[in-house]
Amino acid sequence: MDKPTTDNQNRNQSPWRQLRNLTSARIALGRAGTSMPTAAQLEFQYAHAQARDAVHLPFDHAGLSAQLAEHGRDSLLLHSAASDRHSYLQRPDLGRRLDDESAQLLNQHRADNPAGYDLAIVVADGLSALAVHRNAMPMLKHIEEQALAEGWNLSPVALVSQGRVAVADEVAERLGARMVVVLIGERPGLSSPDSLGLYFTYAPKVGLTDAYRNCISNIRLEGLSYPMACHRLFYLMREACRRQLSGVNLKDDAEEPLLAGAGKSGNFLLG
Amino acid sequence: MASFSHTVGAMTYRFDDLKEVMAKASPARSGDFLAGVAAVNDGERVAAQMALADIELKRFLHEALVPYETDEVTRLIIDTHDKAAFFAVSHMTVGGFRDWLLSEAADEQSLRALAPGLTPEMAAAVSKIMRVQDLILVAQKIRVVTRFRSTLGLRGRLSTRLQPNHPTDDPAGIAASILDGLLYGNGDAMIGINPATDSTSSICAMLEMLNAVIQRYEIPTQACVLAHVTTSIEVINRGVPLDLVFQSIAGTEAANASFGVSLNILQEGYEAGLSLNRGTLGRNLMYFETGQGSALSANAHHGLDQQTCEARAYAVARHFNPFLVNTVVGFIGPEYLYNGKQIIRAGLEDHFCGKLLGVPMGCDICYTNHAEADQDDMDTLLTLLGVAGINFIMGIPGSDDIMLNYQTTSFHDALYARQTLGLKPAPEFEEWLAKMGIFTQADGKVHFGNSLPPAFRQALAQLK
Repeated sequence: MDKPTTDNQNRNQSPWRQLRNLTSARIALGRAGTSMPTAAQLEFQYAHAQARDAVHLPFDHAGLSAQLAEHGRDSLLLHSAASDRHSYLQRPDLGRRLDDESAQLLNQHRADNPAGYDLAIVVADGLSALAVHRNAMPMLKHIEEQALAEGWNLSPVALVSQGRVAVADEVAERLGARMVVVLIGERPGLSSPDSLGLYFTYAPKVGLTDAYRNCISNIRLEGLSYPMACHRLFYLMREACRRQLSGVNLKDDAEEPLLAGAGKSGNFLLG
Repeated sequence: MASFSHTVGAMTYRFDDLKEVMAKASPARSGDFLAGVAAVNDGERVAAQMALADIELKRFLHEALVPYETDEVTRLIIDTHDKAAFFAVSHMTVGGFRDWLLSEAADEQSLRALAPGLTPEMAAAVSKIMRVQDLILVAQKIRVVTRFRSTLGLRGRLSTRLQPNHPTDDPAGIAASILDGLLYGNGDAMIGINPATDSTSSICAMLEMLNAVIQRYEIPTQACVLAHVTTSIEVINRGVPLDLVFQSIAGTEAANASFGVSLNILQEGYEAGLSLNRGTLGRNLMYFETGQGSALSANAHHGLDQQTCEARAYAVARHFNPFLVNTVVGFIGPEYLYNGKQIIRAGLEDHFCGKLLGVPMGCDICYTNHAEADQDDMDTLLTLLGVAGINFIMGIPGSDDIMLNYQTTSFHDALYARQTLGLKPAPEFEEWLAKMGIFTQADGKVHFGNSLPPAFRQALAQLK
């Protein structure tokens, strides 16, 4: 939409706007007096509102369950011990455990399916149900295809409301799974309210710390792609089975080489 | 161990030990509930504050809240305590100490002399029975001045750390944020990058770049890349130009161990930094970051409340004559500080306790998107800390850190504080800003130059 340009807007224009091509940081915003100009101020407020809404958006696990059923996949609807968002945010310990009903449901499932699984698949809302709504289904499709191709035996998809990363360990332990991957909504950033994270654990059990997990982060349209995330996950699974461990001692060598040689090249300030 | 009781009307409250009185006297915050050490209700909290007010300051010298035998931070606190300095207040209770701090007898000079005589537990105790206005009033009496290439902490001054973070450490992206910040008059406390990667070679490259920028434009400031202290030592051994030595620290030995540091390692880092002799005005060169909740998140809090743990971190900091100490108050998340009210109070407590102990305090006035906080809360804390005389705050483009995914104070926010409170940058940087034609400040008001400074016009021309 074209807006009329006022004198005021011209005055707020920053003379170094061209720098905005070099970074997504909010630079060259101009000034109103010495303060933030109106447009920049409201853009920030909208970005924050989106991130806040992502944190508080309820997890539509029934909807995701129905989508999975359309693709012939079973799911289990579970809930953490954190009864609502308020207690989830203040009591990380509760978000890491299942409530009693969910625990019993899994125990029953195990009794009916005593053989267990190679890989338990867990989806949890974490800090952004939006990330799960947008990215979980396509991510799961990639994982399932690859698992089928490589002959891994997958659990039903466990959908955990008000879940934190570590809740996946309890799910996997109760299901009798050798490994677990949890797809979880990451803490929303101002410009990334829908970022999905994958956490992988070998030999999962209740009480493991982050040192036993590998993380694949920033999965979203503008971030890491589904095929690349899937590639890394299956690399980790194969290596974990070979070396019988996961976490800090299992380096993700599938990762691209780290950025080195950041120096004077391309730095206009030192040109 | 002795127990405490306090009777108000028909109610008698009992507390098992000094640690319990301290924890229950703490104004309510989520981290203490998470740890299970908070008062069960408001009545018990105020009763604990009343009990605390009656406790003698010297009791904290005889009853360690974290055991002396097993914690090197406690040993540091007790073994370096200056009894002569403490003498002035040694007869007081915590409540009497609050009254004295608010009185005319407590001024810049007497508080400076007292600092080495105070332990973090005494500072934490008195802060728990102080209101926001008390925390501000007493803190603004105190000045803690430090020097490296600029002078920080003088009365009437407020400095900023220019934080030009980039998600992939891209040099041009970092340079763009640096120039933006400089053109808004930020960066006198330091130009400090949180690196996205841990790679030592990439950290060296960033340090070389910051050093070259500071030299090329003759900026009276200092550089820092926030790497682990052991990485900084290695970088120094490689002969890379490093100004400030960074490390995150906490208030117990076990919490520091979770950061991979000890007092010995910090000493090594301090000595490595000193060996370079890069400060032109002074030799304060350590840069520490802290924050309430870090000890609990490492399960290393010994049943102590998070604010007392935090104050103990300042005893660690002051041992190394730091240039800057930064409480990153809202970064840790709502399980420790739930909302704007808790973040604001915590920021003021940290600033007060640090200054009382003689530490050059700054604050990363910040929040994450899952905390119940917003820009209005940050404006409030910024204004209050500006009045309280804080040494420095962060400055980033538009409050949005695109690498760490949180919100902190913007370049514009510092200008707001300059305009409303008349606070100027460090004197050396003030001169540089005038020389470059960026801005001058008179009667509080900021007057920007009419055109781009020639030196930077040339740099920008290269992009065309």
